[in-house]
Amino acid sequence: MSSRTLRAIPTLLRIGVAETVAYRAEFLVWILTTTLPLVMLGLWTSVAEEAPFRGYTGADFIAYYLATLIVRNLTGSWVAWQISEEIRLGSMSMRLLRPIHPFIVFGASHVAAIPFRSLVAVPIAVILLVSSGASTLTHDPLQLALIVPSIILAWIITFSLMFALGSLAFFITKSMALLNIYFGLFSLLSGYLLPLPLMPDWIATIARWAPFRFMLSAPVELMTRNLDAGDLTELLVGQTAWCVACLALALWVWNEGVRRFEAVGG
Amino acid sequence: MIRARDLTKHFKVHKRPPGFANAMRSLVKRTYTVVKAVDGVSFTIERGERVGFLGPNGAGKTTTLKVLAGLLHPTTGEVEVEGHVPFKRQRSMLEKITLVMGQRSQLIWDLPPSETYAMNRAVFDVPHAQFKATLDELTELLELGDLLDKPARQLSLGERMKCELAAALLHRPTTLFLDEPTIGLDVAMQLVIREFVRNYNQRHEATVLLTSHYMDDVVALCPRIIVIDAGKLIHDGDLRALVKTMDPDKRVSFTLTAPATHEELARVGTALGDPVTDLRKGQRITLRVGERDIASAVGHLLGTMRAADLAIEDPPLEEILRVMFGKSRDAREPKP
Repeated sequence: MSSRTLRAIPTLLRIGVAETVAYRAEFLVWILTTTLPLVMLGLWTSVAEEAPFRGYTGADFIAYYLATLIVRNLTGSWVAWQISEEIRLGSMSMRLLRPIHPFIVFGASHVAAIPFRSLVAVPIAVILLVSSGASTLTHDPLQLALIVPSIILAWIITFSLMFALGSLAFFITKSMALLNIYFGLFSLLSGYLLPLPLMPDWIATIARWAPFRFMLSAPVELMTRNLDAGDLTELLVGQTAWCVACLALALWVWNEGVRRFEAVGG
Repeated sequence: MIRARDLTKHFKVHKRPPGFANAMRSLVKRTYTVVKAVDGVSFTIERGERVGFLGPNGAGKTTTLKVLAGLLHPTTGEVEVEGHVPFKRQRSMLEKITLVMGQRSQLIWDLPPSETYAMNRAVFDVPHAQFKATLDELTELLELGDLLDKPARQLSLGERMKCELAAALLHRPTTLFLDEPTIGLDVAMQLVIREFVRNYNQRHEATVLLTSHYMDDVVALCPRIIVIDAGKLIHDGDLRALVKTMDPDKRVSFTLTAPATHEELARVGTALGDPVTDLRKGQRITLRVGERDIASAVGHLLGTMRAADLAIEDPPLEEILRVMFGKSRDAREPKP
């Protein structure tokens, strides 16, 4: 990243904040629609009320889904819709005239929005997590120290994949249908619906190596499980590798797509 | 400098006849046709020139501008803008050019224009002092004053266009691609924008390539015009020379101060416009008069017919272009 780009970032972040605050209705919808983990929390705590379910107690489920809620709020991305819409309507043209990669501009605007979009859910989840499920949280200093880097890596993987998916609109005008497939896979393989150890073995095996685990489950595992050195290495190496791969994929799809851009409309 | 050599841009377009059966068929088998939006166009524009880029709807004007601005990759041919290959979209080129599209906005919709300007300052890395000086200058010339802090979505079309121009020029580009910059604006606002573009061109020795459906914009701003039709270049040269070649006759307009007859008018020139049946006092008449007959025609009109408010003008550019496009169409689709 050039020094000029770095100098532009504080302004991009400031404008991202201004934009987030301007879109009040969307802001509210976002807060209300990221509450699926709370639904799952209600469901699984009642299942585990009498006895632990395959080793998971009610407190484990509470900790798991609250951690999921926090990570999802901090790493969620909507950039695919933005890119796809701008390509479809032709307004992407104006972005291409600026001497800065749209990955940086969209990224800065997303980062700027995180504190606002997490304004309601994250503090509530943190309070509930610490007050009700504290015994199931990790106390290992190394794991605690790795939570933030892991969330950052999860954010980069998620954002890059969504950026690549949005950029597919350069090739397929209505690429949003692919997002449904993506969300199906994400829900199943990231641990969003269910902790991965509760999945059938063959799904758990796929989930172990697919990128989705590193977008959500990895930081959640760091928060809620006691991991040995092998597990920790697997998580962090996996996250770093997928981070590099997804970044490369996003930039490649973008570059190939821009060559095909038809800049529709006058 | 801008240079295009044998530039072509083709689009593959999915064609589907109407109807349910055809919609179902297109799920399995799609038919595509290739549209030649730009078809072998070549021209060179020197630094500081103001050039009008004209053609009917769908002629390929906007596509050419988008190729020149680096938004589209040409299918074949060579393009060079300020020493750069546009589609590579290198930073050094993007800093020198701008593209204003009357129907596209670069303003951030829910924020005031001042925020878009701040963003452009940051991404173009314009020093703060230069940014302030340029913004002050643009604010004064375009009378932006109160508009800077109003959300872009609440601006009127004319206000928005002024703010778009300012956003496009804050980094002081030296090549301006203006695609319908006055579309939908009232006459007063068109004049403001026109004057502003001329001023900018002279102050910064900027190259201007302008498309507009308002021929007054082109006549007022562009000594040279490039005309394309169906993707092909059909004229490149001096605007006045074109008018002279295509239609050397002048247009003489006047108001009758007394009733006249058709025979009297026919002695002076050919009446234009809607057929005038009633040549009463107060009627406004336009005659086509050969250049060599102007002096005697004017003498007769002012002396014998006592015409008032007499004006002598070149034929309107619209008329010239209509004839040109007609000829170009006939050449493309010869009548059986």
